[in-house]
Amino acid sequence: MARVVVDVMLKPEILDPQGRAVQGALGRLGLTGVADVRQGKQFVIEVDGELEGERLELMHKLAEELLSNPVIEDYRMRVEA
Amino acid sequence: MRIGVVTFPGSLDDRDAARAVRIAGGEPIPLWHGDDDLKSVDAVVLPGGFSYGDYLRCGAIARFAPVMHSLVAAAEGGLPVLGICNGFQILCESHLLPGALTRNDSLHFVCRDQRLRIEDVTSMWTSDFDAGQEIVIPLKNGEGGYVADEATLDRLEGEGRVIARYLEVNPNGSRRDIAGIRNERGNVVGLMPHPEHAVEALTGPTTDGLPFFTSILTSLVAAA
Repeated sequence: MARVVVDVMLKPEILDPQGRAVQGALGRLGLTGVADVRQGKQFVIEVDGELEGERLELMHKLAEELLSNPVIEDYRMRVEA
Repeated sequence: MRIGVVTFPGSLDDRDAARAVRIAGGEPIPLWHGDDDLKSVDAVVLPGGFSYGDYLRCGAIARFAPVMHSLVAAAEGGLPVLGICNGFQILCESHLLPGALTRNDSLHFVCRDQRLRIEDVTSMWTSDFDAGQEIVIPLKNGEGGYVADEATLDRLEGEGRVIARYLEVNPNGSRRDIAGIRNERGNVVGLMPHPEHAVEALTGPTTDGLPFFTSILTSLVAAA
């Protein structure tokens, strides 16, 4: 069994209104000095067996084409045994 | 003229789009997301709504529906396609149009009668408008902010591919007030506001949306 973790974040130059709303809430709840908040997504995918070769390549491809939109988002993927 | 209207799970405006096609004088043909048969239609409308619940990203899952497999190939070959709202999001996710639609900068779902200026009348879906014509049609979206990198925005402007721009109010934070764009060839158009809700005095704020649907019939006749 392998576990794939894919983190997807908006690119730095894309406005993140949700992050900005969270930033405002943190300030209202007393946390001073919050310079910036960016909100992202995390996918945790469990797959049977080892993830390697063609299946690993396909996972990368789908992380880029399905789980993220490369026009506005960056992704980072890691495989945990 | 046979104008296909695709229904995805979660489409809302497919019936209004079909009705707009009919009022304009075309024959609406229902197309189904799970069927890759385009039924020999002359053009296709991707309607508004929340396809696949807007899960993941708006349009991200719809892009991989069987009907889209056929549609992307046909559109690249010149088939006219109009994507409205969620349809626009699907066209961007499918890379038939550049850029992406993101959450409104206000974080609010916005529903209003929106003034627009039609800026390009060379596309197959805007040819019945006058250049610079101002129209008012409904707008209703939560993720309608058009974004693209500066080079793409400059290219769209330089090539006259911004087909409509928001006037008076920018309702969603779209870059450069962009409400709609087209591809190079002018057969594929994406628009965030809803012309299909403004085709009859009884049910719309205006009938300003109707020329989108008569334009395609005019364009198809001219091309025949």
